[in-house]
Amino acid sequence: MNNGLFPLAAPVLLLLGALISLACGRRSGAAGTVAFVASCAAALLGVASALGVLQSGAAWGWEAPWSLPWATLSMGMDGLSAFFLAFILVLAVPAAAYGRGYMEHYGASNWSSASWAFFQILVASMALVVLARDGVPFLIAWEGMSVASFFLVIYDHKRPEVRSDALVYLVATHLGAAALAAMFGLWGRDAGSLAFAALQAAPPGPKVAWILFVLALVGFGSKAGLVPFHIWLPKAHPAAPSHVSALMSGVMIKMGVYGLMRILLMLGPPPAGWGYTLLAMGAVSAVGGVLYALAQHDIKRLLAYHSVENVGIIILGLGAGLLARTAGLQTLAIVALSGSLLHVLNHGLFKSLLFFSGGAAAQAAGTRDMERLGGLLRRMPVTGATFVVGAVAICALPPFNGFVSEWLIYSGLFGGALHGAGSISAVLFVTIPVLALVGGLALACFAKAFGVVFLGEPRSENAAACHESSPWMTAPMVATALGCAAVGLGAPWVLRLVAPAARALAGVPGSAPWSTPEGTGPLVAVVLSGWALLALTGILLGVRHLLLRGRTVSEGPTWGCGYSAGTPRMQYTASSFAAPLLAPLARLMRPSLHKRRPKGLFPKSASFKSHYEDPADRSLYDPALHLLERLAGALRPLQHGHLQIYLLYVLLTLVALIAWEVLS
Amino acid sequence: MSASWWNALSVLPTLFLAPLLLGIIGKTKALVAGRKGAPLLQPYRDLYRLMGKGAVYSRTTTWVFRAAPSVSLGSLLLACLMLPAGPLGAPLAFPGDLVLFAYLLALGRFAVVAGALDTGSAFEGMGASREAAFSAFAEPGFFLVLGVLAWKEQATSLGPILASADVISWGGQIPSLALAAGALYLILLAENSRIPVDDPTTHLELTMIHEVMVLDHSGPDLAFILYGSALKMWLFGAVLVSILMPAQGTAWASTALFLGGMAVVAVSVGLVESFMARLRLSRVPQYLGLAAVLAGLAALLLMTGGKP
Repeated sequence: MNNGLFPLAAPVLLLLGALISLACGRRSGAAGTVAFVASCAAALLGVASALGVLQSGAAWGWEAPWSLPWATLSMGMDGLSAFFLAFILVLAVPAAAYGRGYMEHYGASNWSSASWAFFQILVASMALVVLARDGVPFLIAWEGMSVASFFLVIYDHKRPEVRSDALVYLVATHLGAAALAAMFGLWGRDAGSLAFAALQAAPPGPKVAWILFVLALVGFGSKAGLVPFHIWLPKAHPAAPSHVSALMSGVMIKMGVYGLMRILLMLGPPPAGWGYTLLAMGAVSAVGGVLYALAQHDIKRLLAYHSVENVGIIILGLGAGLLARTAGLQTLAIVALSGSLLHVLNHGLFKSLLFFSGGAAAQAAGTRDMERLGGLLRRMPVTGATFVVGAVAICALPPFNGFVSEWLIYSGLFGGALHGAGSISAVLFVTIPVLALVGGLALACFAKAFGVVFLGEPRSENAAACHESSPWMTAPMVATALGCAAVGLGAPWVLRLVAPAARALAGVPGSAPWSTPEGTGPLVAVVLSGWALLALTGILLGVRHLLLRGRTVSEGPTWGCGYSAGTPRMQYTASSFAAPLLAPLARLMRPSLHKRRPKGLFPKSASFKSHYEDPADRSLYDPALHLLERLAGALRPLQHGHLQIYLLYVLLTLVALIAWEVLS
Repeated sequence: MSASWWNALSVLPTLFLAPLLLGIIGKTKALVAGRKGAPLLQPYRDLYRLMGKGAVYSRTTTWVFRAAPSVSLGSLLLACLMLPAGPLGAPLAFPGDLVLFAYLLALGRFAVVAGALDTGSAFEGMGASREAAFSAFAEPGFFLVLGVLAWKEQATSLGPILASADVISWGGQIPSLALAAGALYLILLAENSRIPVDDPTTHLELTMIHEVMVLDHSGPDLAFILYGSALKMWLFGAVLVSILMPAQGTAWASTALFLGGMAVVAVSVGLVESFMARLRLSRVPQYLGLAAVLAGLAALLLMTGGKP
């Protein structure tokens, strides 16, 4: 399976599917079914080829001449690509199925069929990004991914806020792509070719390597949503339809992680500075992401900020792994990097799940505002039950998958702190409480999200009238929830998928293919503890059931502490829930509060509104855009709109050019 | 393998003696206040009585509310398996289990908080919000303490760390131990909903944190919650007492000393409750920040002193 074009079958199939979807015209339901079938088939083909590479340990490669200058059409698959390929194609399946049900809400239209075509183009171009082995095909696939996802985000283009949010995404992603083009250009100038093999064979000097690393960090970091390049995420994810949010947040932003890992592999042994940089950026993204998630009232925006947090955790693990590698602790590096890579898969699973069930709740109630939801668990039992699985998993609580990957990252941090030397040991030690704080804040945030949306009484009539979504939507939720449980309770087997990539990033040369990564032995005990936890809880539930059997179990109103006229609007709100966490940080978060206090003895009305603006928007991008506007304003006197003046400009330019030609 | 099956017995003292801690705290407070107080074994009687009752549920609640006490108690019971007892090692021990210990406590908390939000009561929502916030602020300090212990013993498994920890072995680095133990004590008070963070005996729902979250639980569910809080007290107390054991002695002597130490911790909690007022809620983050700073200083002193 190491030759031939078999691994390219999956993206080609998806592109064909895109054409068929487009041809469906107004029958957009059929277009969705085509996308679902194509995704299923692509997943089977892709997983087969990825497993072929992972099990045999032999990389796949294919090359063809190309008419484009300085480029070859070069494709390949090693351990890193194989893991990401399987990850992309498998997670596209539930997203397609969910979208098939979700899009029915919008009715049939040509535009919906086009959206399904873009969905398949997005998945295909992500697959090509991880298979590309030359700068040019890589950037083309990268661009295809960005453009396809832009058209998916702007689906609901009649709403002005969707248009402006999608434009922010388009600009952000192209600024990132510009950094990547600069990186490849700078590197390829010395290497004489943009083929990855040639770039790798021409390692740049330490100074150039730093520049390349920073450019990669900007380019890939803006796709991954690292702070401070994250501002498009909380805008684009809520604007997009929920299956698109799931695919973008769960899968597409990981292409930034892939790119960073790929460049790190090509750049060779990393200096300690890169590890520190990644660790710091990861920690800032993790803390910043979860803090701003806490401050949100919009369920999808909250989930988007959690993607910033989780990408932060992934990059933190990557940084810790690189630091352990520079300290010579290769086994620990493999442990931390396995955690980082496994968290890629885990975040894909639980974030897709959370966007599925959160999006279904928002669609059923007609609003994403958590303050108007509540009590949905009774009305949407499957959606609510799967949301709680996702919430427990994303908070990294046992026994689900989030805990396993964070445990690996913690193990790398503890091990590096204990066995490392000097500043590496100290820095890794300091990172432990940061990750712990992120865990505590994430728990509070998801207690809030789950509690306010799904528990208690509905806070609006729309929320009270909700009912469960169609099987197209609930089946993917159940599937991804089972995936979260399966990875959590069977992690040692799943870890084989990431072993070759973790070893390569840790700089450990070839080991036995298809084996669990070194140093992750205790993970078996973690997984067994998860099973023990399930068993203990099951026994306790059984005991409780036996005790209550035959006794009087009655129902009544919630105890109102002596007040008996409580209404659903008196329930604790999402903003109140987050207040004790955010109030001590008011200086950092700078909330804008709009209060109308009750006045007089018989107050008629009062109101309270809180809003948290992203500091990156406020103190970084807004001033930068203002500066740009001022500079552009300085050029305005040149523009008069008179044709004669423009002709004069042309003449002056010609004269200047002739003068330059003559004089030089 | 047979040894580890014996080790499973080490969980028995925890299971049987944990409620006694609550009895000692109550008795101490009563005696200081000049009252006779409830008998030491009152918590056992409460548990027995609650286990024998039926239950009343709010019509608002769902299965989340009914499952929460069992999930919470299940995670605490699993955490109890990580404690050694006297000559018996911990039945559940593997490198890196420190993290599992902390996250099991967090799972128990998530379950209770979700259960509280399930009632739709503003009071319980308020308690849930405060519990989630203060526990999040307590996390960094707790992990720093765990990190200090891991560094000192060069191990990341709680059972072996606690079994081999004693004061003598710290040598010249006793100040580190004192700071870490101080931080742990502050966190013990906060995580167990004790004064100065929370007042378990307050009568005003608006000021409660933990107690208000369980207002709607009744019967066996409430018994699970109550027993769970006794276990949590024991867990934190056991970590604190184990690291403050003076030296390695014979099995019987150290067991007796350990149990005596646990009683002292309970009495001290009772004394703190008798002589201190509650902090204003807005001060609690600073209190927990203090715990983190103490633990950070302990780590700094320890790490600048070089590897043990």
